[in-house]
Amino acid sequence: MALKELSSLEKCLGLKKPNKYSTQGERKVPVLQNNNGPALVGLVTIASHLVHEAKRTELLGNSAEQRAVVQQWLEYRITRLDNCSKEEVKVILKELNQYLEDKVYLAGNSFTLADTLMYYGIHHIIMNLAVQEKEKFLNVTRWFDHIQHYPGVRHHLAPVVVLRNRVYPSGQH
Amino acid sequence: MKLFVSEGNPHCVKVLAGLEVTGVKCDVQLVSHEERVVPFLNRPVLPVLLLPSGQHLFSPNAICQYLFEVVGKEASDDGNQLLEWEATELQPAVLQALHMLMLQGKSGEAGTVLKGPLGWLEQYLSKRTTPFLTEETVAVADIVLWAALYPILSNSTFEAVVGELPSVRGWFKRVSQVPACEAAVQRVLQGKGLDALKNFLQKQPAPHIQRRDSPSSANATEMEDSELMMTEEEVEVAAQAWSKGLPDCSDSTQKKHPILPQEGKRNVLVTSALPYVNNVPHLGNIIGCVLSADVFARYGRLRGWNLLYVCGTDEYGTATENKAREEGLTPQEICDKYHAVHSSIYKWFQIDFDYFGRTTTEQQTEIAQDIFWRLHERGYLLEDVVEQLRCENCQRFLADRFVEGVCPHCKYPEARGDQCDKCGRLINAVELKEPQCKVCQQTPEIRSSKHLFLDLPKLEGELEQWLEKSMGSGDWTVNAKHITRSWLRDGLKPRCITRDLQWGTPVPHPDFSDKVFYVWFDAPIGYLSITANYTSEWEKWWKNPQQVELYNFMAKDNVPFHSVVFPCSLLGAQDNYTLVNNLVATEYLNYEDTKFSKSRGVGVFGDMAKDTGIPSDVWRFYLLYLRPEGQDSAFSWADMALKNNSELLNNLGNFINRAGMFVSKFFEGHVPEMVLQDEDKRLIAQVCWELKQYIQLLDKVRIRDALKCILNISRHGNQYIQVNEPWKKIKGGDDDRKRAGTVTGVSVNVACLLSAMLEPYMPTVSQTIRDQLQAPAHCARAMLYADRGFLCSLSAGHRIGTVSPLFQKLESEQIEALRKRFGGQQPDEETPTGKVPSSTVNSAQPKPPAAAAPAVNASVSAADPEKAKQLAAAVAKQVRTCAKCQIKNNPIIITIFPSTQ
Repeated sequence: MALKELSSLEKCLGLKKPNKYSTQGERKVPVLQNNNGPALVGLVTIASHLVHEAKRTELLGNSAEQRAVVQQWLEYRITRLDNCSKEEVKVILKELNQYLEDKVYLAGNSFTLADTLMYYGIHHIIMNLAVQEKEKFLNVTRWFDHIQHYPGVRHHLAPVVVLRNRVYPSGQH
Repeated sequence: MKLFVSEGNPHCVKVLAGLEVTGVKCDVQLVSHEERVVPFLNRPVLPVLLLPSGQHLFSPNAICQYLFEVVGKEASDDGNQLLEWEATELQPAVLQALHMLMLQGKSGEAGTVLKGPLGWLEQYLSKRTTPFLTEETVAVADIVLWAALYPILSNSTFEAVVGELPSVRGWFKRVSQVPACEAAVQRVLQGKGLDALKNFLQKQPAPHIQRRDSPSSANATEMEDSELMMTEEEVEVAAQAWSKGLPDCSDSTQKKHPILPQEGKRNVLVTSALPYVNNVPHLGNIIGCVLSADVFARYGRLRGWNLLYVCGTDEYGTATENKAREEGLTPQEICDKYHAVHSSIYKWFQIDFDYFGRTTTEQQTEIAQDIFWRLHERGYLLEDVVEQLRCENCQRFLADRFVEGVCPHCKYPEARGDQCDKCGRLINAVELKEPQCKVCQQTPEIRSSKHLFLDLPKLEGELEQWLEKSMGSGDWTVNAKHITRSWLRDGLKPRCITRDLQWGTPVPHPDFSDKVFYVWFDAPIGYLSITANYTSEWEKWWKNPQQVELYNFMAKDNVPFHSVVFPCSLLGAQDNYTLVNNLVATEYLNYEDTKFSKSRGVGVFGDMAKDTGIPSDVWRFYLLYLRPEGQDSAFSWADMALKNNSELLNNLGNFINRAGMFVSKFFEGHVPEMVLQDEDKRLIAQVCWELKQYIQLLDKVRIRDALKCILNISRHGNQYIQVNEPWKKIKGGDDDRKRAGTVTGVSVNVACLLSAMLEPYMPTVSQTIRDQLQAPAHCARAMLYADRGFLCSLSAGHRIGTVSPLFQKLESEQIEALRKRFGGQQPDEETPTGKVPSSTVNSAQPKPPAAAAPAVNASVSAADPEKAKQLAAAVAKQVRTCAKCQIKNNPIIITIFPSTQ
């Protein structure tokens, strides 16, 4: 899973030469073998490394503050979202929904790596939401739809259909 | 900038140490553990750093990284990696260990939990040449890891269990000696040692011990497919029942028309929303009603229910009149022409209606007028004056789409009668400035005319009572219940049932003699009149709620007309009508990430499906496989090819073909002797279980889910053949040959069962399988009837026919060509980065057929501007509701009821 994500990210960043990855441990943590140094371990670490390699550091944030916010959501993705239980899914959707209420992207007004990785990580959850739930978590759905249509992001994942018209009346949540 | 911390919270050690080491200036506020500093998080989380921008940082690691960056120490790959490891590996282990030790007193187990991460760190440090984790001096990773490990490594209890860790201890001591770190510990623990953490730990949710093994929701679905555990007893029962073979029942499966309700039988009446005649239906329409209802009807007949399935084209209304004008034909000619188109499409899709009729019949007039008079006599109709535009030149009232003029809001000169394309605001046609008839360009006049309204508020109480009963006892899909409830919650308003048109059922009342019924009132009566065209004894179905169970199939936009409006007409008429017991509504089917659009030529329409060269059964299979049950789904060519090749060809077709081929090749076409061993019995029990699921699901109209049971059976079957290798055993000794015989015999019987289960979904394939196997004609019905289950229907010695492959591969070039031809969108894959993202998604729904085309009825009398304003707002709301229904053909008329009412 993580490996597919990384190869999609490479394409998304416009990196020409695909890297070789392996995994370690029960959790299948991705590992990047590096010619000029020790191997890099961990999804966020490798993803950040790729962003540097592609000279697209704006994707990690344009200021110290924004960089910290990006790091925070990357961490949220791997600590809270990955391997979360069914009950926890609802909590996460609720939190993200509240957070995204007044935001276009996770780190505010510009697209960052946090959006890409959160999108990859949350895709299977959104995919399985009923129309009614998608409407309940309207801000998440809006953000998700926006990201899945962001050029070059979607790659290995199936598009999720998001309706523009509300079917269920508001006031249900 | 402000930092919020709480006492006895180990995470706060990190950030306070970070703050001290970097010397960043920042207010520190001490709050309690329960303080919810971050508004969007569900649980109180600390520490939190409030950034100058007003954003909250709630991850201690991100806060530390930020503090270090402020003083110019940027993140490195090395540091990042350690922080990620801390967050994903070390921290969960530390929290779990602390939980075990401090709250449960299990120090040994706590140590075990930590062994892995500590061992890893020991190894990491032993290879380093620097005194600290990444550099010669203390960096962010040192602070984070040291603070995480502080409660563990400063506690003597852990010493014994975590073992010798020379490098870790050396490094830990070096960091501890940094004055900033010591101060941070003091500040958080207040000299109380680890006991200070107790309060904090109690407030935390218990760490998941199984966390890593617990399946994520993504693979939970895969789990369901895994092998099922069955007891010996269950296996034995299934095997015995199987061995009994088919009963000698020879009850004919031939339908005898007319089908009428019978005493002592389950009498089921199935309807599918009536497709509007002048649209060629697209795939979304087909799966939404006629095909779904067809599967259920076929299933019901197999189960031995006494079932009638009726449908027909909805033919009255403005849209037909307009179409007739466009094509230079009369409305009746248009209806005749398109009714034939519909018929032939459904025929190609093998929709097995008992009767496919139309609404333009004498019976329609008779029944609609009868219901009208009954409503009138019982005082359920109101009279009111409505204002409309009339073109004297064309001699007709104008539908909203046939008026253009200047927008009263933005002065756009080409505003339509229902909406302005420039400012997007909804308009009432009578408000347009300088209105023009679109046909003749003449100026229409505002005319008021009298209309009749169905008094829904008066019927509301009775409706609610009935709904409670129907929803409680029948199967209503979740969306159907939801949409109905929201209509009731918003309160019902009187609805106009008459119109100034020619093409419709005439209103019999002398005061309204030049008017016809509004389609929404008229169309659902079509179900009754179509049945009346089928049999003169139609009332045995429609005025017989005691004996008849009614199933309505539709797409969700049609729900209110079947659950609220039409039932109100029938309840008000008080003639013991059969009301819907089970309302089955699908969500929408999209086309390749966009919507079906006739005008743009996007999507596959009913009449084109056969030109693709893909068999009707495969279309049915794929549409049913992605039936929008519970959520929207999307038709995709690539996916269709994939499902055809993987599920039909490699799974289902492969199994059935192999089973038949083995009988032909190894046993001269005769089913061999079967001596069941445990393994065979287990397969039979598994198949029985899937069959039971299939029946339970289809009884509840879960059509898509039941299809998966069929595919599961053939998967089990393929596995069974693969493991037992009859093609090898047939060349072996006597025992081996007998074994090959049993496996082949059981397999071919499973194939026979599959043919029965496939009948509702793929009728041609189902029949082909039975023909190839020369299976007894009644075997399908015999196995699904009552709870007989999986039976040995091809006994030893039975001679089968010629076996040939059932499915063909769909090649990618073929599919690519079809996708291009039908205008699917390019996937986003190749889009170069850097382009502006398209935030507008073409996600609007396909237009489903409207059995009862809803109309927004409202009209404004110019006399009372204040009231008009209020009503306009109410109407705007109603119009929005209607936008969901996707019906725009009907004019919007705004009404104000005289104050006397």
